[in-house]
Amino acid sequence: MSDANRVGIVLVSHSAEVAASVAELAKGLAGGGTEVPVAAAGGTEGGGLGTSAELIAAAAASVDRGAGVAVLTDLGSAVLTVKALLAEGDELPDGTRLVDAPFVEGAVAAVVTAAAGADLTAVEAAAAEAYSYRKV
Amino acid sequence: MFDADFFRRWMTATATSVDREAERLTALDSPIGDADHGSNLRRGFTAVTATLEKEAPDTPGGVLTLAGRQLISTVGGASGPLYGTLLRRTGKALGDASEVSAEQLAEALRAGVEAVMTLGGAAPGDKTMIDALVPAVDALGSGFAAARTAAEEGALATTPLQARKGRASYLGERSIGHQDPGATSAALLIAALAEAAGE
Repeated sequence: MSDANRVGIVLVSHSAEVAASVAELAKGLAGGGTEVPVAAAGGTEGGGLGTSAELIAAAAASVDRGAGVAVLTDLGSAVLTVKALLAEGDELPDGTRLVDAPFVEGAVAAVVTAAAGADLTAVEAAAAEAYSYRKV
Repeated sequence: MFDADFFRRWMTATATSVDREAERLTALDSPIGDADHGSNLRRGFTAVTATLEKEAPDTPGGVLTLAGRQLISTVGGASGPLYGTLLRRTGKALGDASEVSAEQLAEALRAGVEAVMTLGGAAPGDKTMIDALVPAVDALGSGFAAARTAAEEGALATTPLQARKGRASYLGERSIGHQDPGATSAALLIAALAEAAGE
């Protein structure tokens, strides 16, 4: 089965390692998640801690299959940079959304849902719902 | 009236002043932030100067839109999207006129500041760049020098405030007693505007 109609997932963290590891974790836990296009955009282009608009734009372009792209972020400049890029209007693929969700749990929920062939709105809802999963 | 050259001078003057004050900005960012504000902004405005020279936009709106876009691309911290949005929205509000009046500039800058408040969710009194920018825009009707004074006073007035946005807000009451680095750099931006205007 191809990923032609799958929603793309972009994971933006201040740390390249965190973004890449969460992508790996989410794909691993999703089982069939290998069919979902997932890209990590972590840290700055120089490899430091921070956020890179270029890495985010490249990651979003790389997972865009025409079904929309869900972007999950950690905090601070990661959130603000994605919002600023969305406001720009032409730097991210059409149908790109910043998803309000916890980073790790939301990423797992998003990839699992996207793997099932759900549309962007369902992926977004599943990721956001991860906020309501209480641990205690 | 103010043309593209004026806006280029504003950006160049900001780059010079951010470069000169980078260590102070980073020092202010050390107790309540992650000690990168000066170096981040220096990198951003150095790139702004370079790209303005290379692409030579010929309208006020073109200069600020390009500068804002460059900041979003190169800063790497929260100040990138925040200052980037400020300049880009101000530039967009100026449209493609080849010259703009002081009133148009003031109105556009207000739109830029409002876009920053929407993006970051900060209001006056939250100990952010907004605490320098809002008084500056309010004073701009009385001239650039008045705006500079208002921005500097606004930055100084952040010291007793408790941070409610960004990383500093995690410190709660411990953020009290430190001048906000973002408000301080915002005052530099407004001072550079006054400098470009020869005031």
